[in-house]
Amino acid sequence: MIETQDKSKVYSDTPFVEGKWSHEINVRDFIQRNYTPYEGDSSFLAGPTDATKKLWNKCLDLFEQERANGGVLDMDTKIVSTITSHDAGYIDKDLEQIVGLQTDKPLKRSLQPFGGIRMAQTSCKSYGYEVAPEVTEIFTKYRKTHNQGVFDVYTPEMKRARHAAILTGLPDAYGRGRIIGDYRRIALYGIDRLVYDKIEQHNSIEGDMTPEKIQLKEELSEQIKALWEMAELGKSYGFDITQPARNAREAVQWLYFGYLSAVKEQNGAAMSIGRTSTFLDIYIERDLKAGIISESEAQELIDHFIMKLRLVKFARTPEYNALFSGDPTWVTESIGGMGIDGRTLVTKNSFRYLHTLENLGTAPEPNLTVLWSTRLPDNFKHYAAHISITTSSIQYENDDQMRVTHGDDYAIACCVSSMRVGKEMQFFGARANLAKCLLYAINGGVDERLKEQVGPKYRPITSEYLNYEEVMERYEDMMEWLAGLYVNTLNVIHYMHDKYCYERSQMALHDRDVKRYFATGIAGLSVVADSLSAIKYAKVKTIRDENGIVVDYDIEGDFPKYGNNDDRVDQIAVDLVHKFMNMIRKHYTYRNSIPTMSILTITSNVVYGKKTGSTPDGRKIGVPLAPGANPMHGRDSKGAVASLASVAKLPFSDAQDGISNTFSIIPNALGKDEVFMGDLSVNFDPGCCSGNSDDFVFISKSKE
Amino acid sequence: MNFQIKKFVDLFRFIKLMEIQGNIHSIESCGTVDGPGIRFVIFMQGCPMRCLYCHNPDTWQVRENQTMSVEDILNQYDGVKEFAKGGITVTGGEPLLQIDFITALFKSAKEKNIHTALDTSGILFNPKDTSKIDLLMEYTDLVLLDIKHIDDNEHKKLTGHSNKNILAFAKYLSDMSIPIWLRHVVVPTITYNKKYLTKLGQFMGELKNIKALDVLSYHDMAIPKYKELGIKYPLENIPPLTKEEALTARKYILEGLKDSLN
Repeated sequence: MIETQDKSKVYSDTPFVEGKWSHEINVRDFIQRNYTPYEGDSSFLAGPTDATKKLWNKCLDLFEQERANGGVLDMDTKIVSTITSHDAGYIDKDLEQIVGLQTDKPLKRSLQPFGGIRMAQTSCKSYGYEVAPEVTEIFTKYRKTHNQGVFDVYTPEMKRARHAAILTGLPDAYGRGRIIGDYRRIALYGIDRLVYDKIEQHNSIEGDMTPEKIQLKEELSEQIKALWEMAELGKSYGFDITQPARNAREAVQWLYFGYLSAVKEQNGAAMSIGRTSTFLDIYIERDLKAGIISESEAQELIDHFIMKLRLVKFARTPEYNALFSGDPTWVTESIGGMGIDGRTLVTKNSFRYLHTLENLGTAPEPNLTVLWSTRLPDNFKHYAAHISITTSSIQYENDDQMRVTHGDDYAIACCVSSMRVGKEMQFFGARANLAKCLLYAINGGVDERLKEQVGPKYRPITSEYLNYEEVMERYEDMMEWLAGLYVNTLNVIHYMHDKYCYERSQMALHDRDVKRYFATGIAGLSVVADSLSAIKYAKVKTIRDENGIVVDYDIEGDFPKYGNNDDRVDQIAVDLVHKFMNMIRKHYTYRNSIPTMSILTITSNVVYGKKTGSTPDGRKIGVPLAPGANPMHGRDSKGAVASLASVAKLPFSDAQDGISNTFSIIPNALGKDEVFMGDLSVNFDPGCCSGNSDDFVFISKSKE
Repeated sequence: MNFQIKKFVDLFRFIKLMEIQGNIHSIESCGTVDGPGIRFVIFMQGCPMRCLYCHNPDTWQVRENQTMSVEDILNQYDGVKEFAKGGITVTGGEPLLQIDFITALFKSAKEKNIHTALDTSGILFNPKDTSKIDLLMEYTDLVLLDIKHIDDNEHKKLTGHSNKNILAFAKYLSDMSIPIWLRHVVVPTITYNKKYLTKLGQFMGELKNIKALDVLSYHDMAIPKYKELGIKYPLENIPPLTKEEALTARKYILEGLKDSLN
């Protein structure tokens, strides 16, 4: 090899191991046949290159300018964002190993009115910008948006439920997100091959043209157009991505163009990237072996790729940011896990991804998520733990649990939603507020804050003290009502989203027949469990306002509280989850999608709590609900393990879209720091119980 | 007493022990600092000591708090044992105030192969009558022995009691070959003192069963608890021990230890 040669144009001639993937679109098969599991430690990792440092400093500078400018650096108000809407943009062209920005300038937020023109206008206005009048005209007069479609169909009851916030966070004015394109396909196959495949799929739809077939055929057509536009996007940056990637740099770049297309088209609530590290490792490993790149260059590619993911930004409203506590994009990347053949899916590149947190410093995005298995290699566990300790920036999810359902090539969308990459997608469905539903059961459908009839006019409870059996009976009726309304509201939303804001670039990177999940969610689980427990085990007195509406509760006596591993109340929570899920299952779900449920608010529980009156567990009006499946703050008095044991009882089969438990702990509570000596003696002294002081001094020396 | 009779007496005693209720302050299912591994920690109610730096003043009173049987506790442990794999630690308060209950608990725990650790000040040790503690030690895997002060006079000032029996207890454990994690709270102006720390190290050298040294830095995080209980916080003007000081304190102790071994 000649030293002066441009390395980006050097290719290894080692062929990949052929297999099913060679004849069909099958990324998993490619990975399984070609990847190199890595069980070693982190000592091979390389620090940031000079180019990385310079480039990242420029980004930090841009972030600083953005902050100084009130949260947004620049906004596009004229050009509606599409895959090819903008010219190539750079941070510093000479330094960037991986290129591509959402618009023509870094951190300039793109204009995405397909979800709703009003949302686009409000986002602009709140930062002092104005959407160009001609764009507003087009999207009000000539081109309908998702938001408009939804409101054309919403029933008065749906609008009331939305207004009263018994249904919350519905994706009816913004992109639903939560779809992960299999961006790896572009690197492995190139656009041409993917287009041929899609044309074949398009041709495969013939015969009786049912609405379903017409819809699918039209969508496939859109997908093909999106793929061609991706090729155009590549070209505008000087790359021909119609052909497969031939080296590591191309693989990262091709893959990133796929993701970039998605975020240019969709301002989704979560725009996750999938499970890319082990896939890319195959290319890197091949180039390392051929001597085409060094470890430092491999790390540089990943550092620059991650940097791009950190720059992903959307135009959003302050209300949206309040709901999600910040400006999250949920660029979730799933790392590690175990294969179903027993080999670990951890590769050197899994380490490199985590290492970006050291090379570039900590960041909440991309949301690096370790798929944790008890059987992960020890070295990787240690490294992940080390990075967690030093950066607090890794999310962990239970691979052993999810692998059973989704196999070994699934990824996480947003924070916990698991799906097979390129084969499954979900219709994101926000949350139903079960705590408020309980109050409706008590007040006969009257909203306790608005004092309006929102739910059905069922008989209210009139007794002074609440009776468990009576409340449960009413509550189940009210939950039945809520489940029906909720599912149907979502049916409207997803119909319109498909119609007016279809994710064509992401769906182009899926199989023809995807498995669709209909993801519902609940909020307020622990509040309801504790409320019902209070009603059952203590005495709960109602306090009514002048109109007889129960607005507060007085509790006499103590009651078991969720979060203490106490079956008396934990079983109430388990039953609730199971019952509500079954109520959801009774209804038709759009495109015959498979209903699932999540218990996973992470930040929005604060806003939901604001809109929920006092509850029979003693929680006062406006106080935040507990996040996800957490116990209410301060009620878990037996420590973290008992608290987690309560959460662990919730059935995954009824909450397949994920159960979250937000858990923070001060480092000192996690164990001893270096001041402590010993414990190690177990290693040094196999007898364990028969040591003497000599051993001890030996240990102390080895530690100093 | 011949062997048969002793066995019978023991058995009889245990039947009685199993009926005892423990007076519990609280339970922590994720204990990470009181013995090896993640542990199920039982805080017993009541303590005869009044250490100036005590961070659990809410456990002092011997009044009844929450009564639990051995079975109650082991049932709770059973629910979390997959996570709290380290075992059970009994602390307080002063657990030896309820030695019969602890003995019953540890005996049952050992039948289930659960690691048992006792966190004690040793203040109730009576060298003249060790029959009860002998029995407890049969079922104790580890003692976390908290020596408050090595100097008897200073110990009295700090805790209101002499340390004579405590040091005797350490020797007793050494003779019985019960593993000890030696704990020592280092407080600026009280125990953060080279002379005393070295002396403590020398004392450690006389013991042959020390498995770990746990230098605990004094902190003032208990102040809100004192406020809530309406007790004046005795160490108001003493700053928390810094990490550097803790490392220095450890160095002094080790110096003393090495002295005594040479």
